[in-house]
Amino acid sequence: MKKLLEIKDLSAGYDGNIVLDNVSMEVFSGDFIGVIGPNGGGKTTLIKAILGLIKPISGELNLHISKTNIGYLPQVNQIDKRFPISVIDVVRSGKADSALFSSFRKNTSEKEKAESLLAEMGISSIRNKAIGELSGGQMQRVFLCRALMNNPELLVLDEPSTYVDNNFEGELYLKLKELNEQMAIILISHDVGTISFFVKTIACVNRNLHYHPSNIITEEQLTSYNCPLQIITHGNIPHTVLKLHDEHEHHEHTH
Amino acid sequence: MNILIELFSYDFFVNAFLASLLAAISCGIIGTYIVSRRIVFISGGITHASFGGIGMGYYLGINPLVGAGIFSILSGMGIQLFSSKGKVREDSSIAIWWSLGMAIGIIFVYLTPGYAPNLMSYLFGSILTVSSGELWLMLALAVVIILFFTFFYRTILYISFDEDFAKTSDLPVNLFNYLLMILISLTIVLNIRVVGIILILSLLTIPQATANVLTREFGRMMVYSVGFAFLASFIGLLISYFADIPSGATIIFTQVILFGLVKLIKTLF
Repeated sequence: MKKLLEIKDLSAGYDGNIVLDNVSMEVFSGDFIGVIGPNGGGKTTLIKAILGLIKPISGELNLHISKTNIGYLPQVNQIDKRFPISVIDVVRSGKADSALFSSFRKNTSEKEKAESLLAEMGISSIRNKAIGELSGGQMQRVFLCRALMNNPELLVLDEPSTYVDNNFEGELYLKLKELNEQMAIILISHDVGTISFFVKTIACVNRNLHYHPSNIITEEQLTSYNCPLQIITHGNIPHTVLKLHDEHEHHEHTH
Repeated sequence: MNILIELFSYDFFVNAFLASLLAAISCGIIGTYIVSRRIVFISGGITHASFGGIGMGYYLGINPLVGAGIFSILSGMGIQLFSSKGKVREDSSIAIWWSLGMAIGIIFVYLTPGYAPNLMSYLFGSILTVSSGELWLMLALAVVIILFFTFFYRTILYISFDEDFAKTSDLPVNLFNYLLMILISLTIVLNIRVVGIILILSLLTIPQATANVLTREFGRMMVYSVGFAFLASFIGLLISYFADIPSGATIIFTQVILFGLVKLIKTLF
């Protein structure tokens, strides 16, 4: 197993406010880590630190792969849906490191890669649509294509369920399971009940980080990790059912 | 038709025609960037801050447009610096530079002994008095902008669409942000003579809104914007000439009418 990245005693935050405090974690090839935790607990901050979008306040973050080898799917609210850009250009932007001076190159392999990803996701027909015209599910797939353009060794997804109204798309998770054979995945979700069926390990992030080396997590463990979460169960989709822990629910808003 | 041919025999009219064409190119392209990236308010701040340079130009006896250029570039940089490093909210930072520039301009115009010639033309534009020296500058700017946006089309598109993602792809995001800010500043300054400080924001936003009715593709939106900006500027120029009303205001008025027409036609069909 290849070590992809290593975080040691990392503290990070915004404007001097510490959101992540002394966090340590390692990611290896083949990993499928579900990152759970309450809103404002630091899940997105952790990802931003990994992607190099914010500088750590203290501690170490060592990437053993190139930054461009990390595929990234942001939360839906990070995207300007009225921006004048077509689906195919969004996907091609995933290989942005070749964008400089691209005007006078043919970029054939890049175009073919984008087309084949669209075909793989079954959305070739919308290639020329503006992103503002897409449904949430289509948009989720478009941005997944973009994240895959560089054949990443690590795929990072920030709340992919925010793209779709019904909060869950089984298809995406099955696709991720398939992709996990080729790349490590870090999946952020506030929905522990659903993702725990698909991920291999779980990291609870709530200012601190507790790494849980299996995908089954109990209420007691969540409590001891100081990771107050509401556990949602879904009708006809496979999932690990966890007991509701009412006494902790209210914490979700206070953290 | 004859009257048009006759008009083109006047130097001042040929200059005005060329000015509207060159303004359409720079404003059409830069405006698409501004609108897509939702930095219209920043552009408004830069525009008004440049008045400080105009006032200073009068006071020091140099070309007011040189002063305006310095002020608009400084304010563009200042706005970015205040909000990124100084932790000032971006809209507040814009307002500070916006009003500071206007205040400096007013103070210097007041301190300038005697009468400040052409002051109104900087505020409201005067396309019929554009000099050939100014036209050469506008031509140079149009060429630079066309080359820059052709060479770096995808880089600009990707950075504008999703800055964070572009950063994770190792694109030189900050460098491009500053370069584009300089181009915005120069576009504003060199087009002040066409429609004036008060109205220039319209050339950077209305043709783009019209283009956006017809396309949702960045590159096409630039081309259409140039077309609509030129069409409306030329028609506005003719109307202002024959009706003997201010050119800048007439051009803006025509832009809005054109937008309304395109929107109406698109809605009906």
